[in-house]
Amino acid sequence: MDFTLSEEQLMFADTARTLFADSCTPDHWRKMMEAGVARDDARWASIVETGLTLVLLPESAGGIGLSETDFALIAQEAGYVALPEPLVESAGVAAPMLAALAPDHAVLADPLATIAIAHPLNPFVANADSAAAILLEKDGEAFLATPDQVTLTAQPSIDPFRRLFSVEWDAANATALGTADWDLALGRAALFNAAMGLGLAQRAVDLAVDYAKERQQFGKPIGSYQAVKHHLATAQVAIEFAKPVVAAAAAEIAACDVQARARVSHAKLVALEAADKAARASIQVHGAMGYSWEVDVHLFLKRALALTQAWGTPTFHRARIAARIFSQPMGPDQTFARESENA
Amino acid sequence: MDLTYTAEQQAFRAEVRAWLAAHVPSEPLEHYDATREGFEAHRQWEKTLKSGDWGMVTWPVEYGGRGLDLIQWLIFEEEYYRAGAPGRVNQNGIFLLGPTLIEFGTHEQKQRFLPKMASGEEIWAQAWSEPQAGSDLAGVRATCVQDGDDYVLSGHKIWSSRAVFADWAFGLFRTPGTERHKGLSLIFFPLDAPGVTVNAIKKINGHVGFAEIFLENVRVPAFNRLGDEGQGWHICMATAGFERGLMLRSPARYQVATAKLAQLWEAHKDNADPALEADVVRAHMNADAYALNIYQTASRLMAGAKIGPEASTNKIFWSELDIHLMQTALSILGPIAELRQEAPDASPVDWIDDYIFALAGPIYAGSNEIQRNIIAERMLGLPR
Repeated sequence: MDFTLSEEQLMFADTARTLFADSCTPDHWRKMMEAGVARDDARWASIVETGLTLVLLPESAGGIGLSETDFALIAQEAGYVALPEPLVESAGVAAPMLAALAPDHAVLADPLATIAIAHPLNPFVANADSAAAILLEKDGEAFLATPDQVTLTAQPSIDPFRRLFSVEWDAANATALGTADWDLALGRAALFNAAMGLGLAQRAVDLAVDYAKERQQFGKPIGSYQAVKHHLATAQVAIEFAKPVVAAAAAEIAACDVQARARVSHAKLVALEAADKAARASIQVHGAMGYSWEVDVHLFLKRALALTQAWGTPTFHRARIAARIFSQPMGPDQTFARESENA
Repeated sequence: MDLTYTAEQQAFRAEVRAWLAAHVPSEPLEHYDATREGFEAHRQWEKTLKSGDWGMVTWPVEYGGRGLDLIQWLIFEEEYYRAGAPGRVNQNGIFLLGPTLIEFGTHEQKQRFLPKMASGEEIWAQAWSEPQAGSDLAGVRATCVQDGDDYVLSGHKIWSSRAVFADWAFGLFRTPGTERHKGLSLIFFPLDAPGVTVNAIKKINGHVGFAEIFLENVRVPAFNRLGDEGQGWHICMATAGFERGLMLRSPARYQVATAKLAQLWEAHKDNADPALEADVVRAHMNADAYALNIYQTASRLMAGAKIGPEASTNKIFWSELDIHLMQTALSILGPIAELRQEAPDASPVDWIDDYIFALAGPIYAGSNEIQRNIIAERMLGLPR
């Protein structure tokens, strides 16, 4: 039993943090928003160059073959900067799924390519237009198509960097890949969205802390008032108690049992609740400034809002936790128990 | 990252489980805060625990412990709550003062106090708060004056849990002429020493769970001072860290309660608001998150980290989850929730008493308002 991360794991997260801190500042987003683009090719090239897209890809498909724990740390850093590019859905969900079905597929060999995924649980596909290929589902089978082999209809999101599309397609124009593990894809997406939620939440708190130290009212920084402190402390508590759930979910997801599904769902619920709580507290602490387009907090709020409902609504995820509660033994000796041990 | 138990850890769990199955009293003991008899029955249980060498498993063997690590301690606690074993009447000693003594005490002090603490021979109360020093603990006025090899203690302490029936107390005292955080010392005194008067204070549940203590020229040896004179504040904050961060409330306590809550829901759901299932799920999530957080903290400490201000997040989290859990139970029970256990229709688990107890959580061990200040100032760096 060891709940600590290895030096290597921390090193990868560090690399991601440094890269994102330099290349994905609010100034960068603002320029992208003005230009109406959702992808910065130079940034994506450095993400690819650093190897972040290869972390979860198996070695048989040209990847590094690390675990969900490693990728979740990267996703958390992506959340901290509200990364516009689809690193998480492409490299954390779609590429590993394609690798499991067709490890030699040409799309996997193109380092700059992104892959979009049309999961049956989601009504829309994110970043489908810029993807080299889209994974599609029909009766549990996976198909692969390029954007020009399908009909994409834009469904604008409140988050300017989530380019959503509804997809119409015909199996005759797509490549059949066989039966796929859509449940694992959902689990990974929920887990990495949770990890992004941790990053979004911490950034929202950090922005508010910076502002509350500077902004003076009644002759003192507003951060010295308890009412302000307590908003942010409450958000930080939510973050601190989502972190170990995300870590445990990442460590256990491969077990693919009812406990692992419940943990992942738990992680998604609490991490995105923390993000919502933190973003709203941050807006409140910023006062009218927080409600302005000029202050950056709203981007984190909007991303949290989108991720909360995507990849399984809170109701969906609560049901998966209820399934664990009412089908498995409960109690203090069951924290790390597996379904197979209780069979 | 490895979230599986080793074979040794599993064997240890089996050993604890077997011993508890053979020794835990079949009938619950009367509460230790209710009567002297209840208190003494719990002291007897502590002695039974010690006979199996389970007094405080993490302490060094030479001081009455087993020298086990924090993961083993968590396993012990899980089995302890799972077995429904009696509450630890000496929790102020074993969970608060004990770890602090191990960090700051001399070898002689550890030898003198720890084994008797682990065996229940000496049961401890905490004497920090005063009528004018609650959340503002640095406002302590009770004094300690060195006189030869002794200290002479005077002052008025209050809200001392267990002090009505306990044997010893550890208190915070001020060297006359000093102010605020400077000049405080942590000193132990017997509650039956000449000059000590203990008056019970009834809690809202009717128990005499805390007391006020008057000290009038109480003479104790200087040996009873933990750490240096004037180091008391620093030591108390370390104690509070253990209390809030790790030891005071075992996750197992809430996991057992959540398991019972799930059973309660299954038994009553046909007559209850279906929306309450979301609260049952939430109660499980909270208890689970708390357990994971504590495992993470234990792993960090075993890797050499120290408990810091993040301990304050724990105290807020467990105290709030406890209230939510008990409130959910009361909502499921509906109109029978107000009945006491002795009533014929009452649920076998005394949810209402547990709810009333939970309401104290946001107050003791440093109010949650103070914890939020600590988080804001020391974790987030906001100005004082």
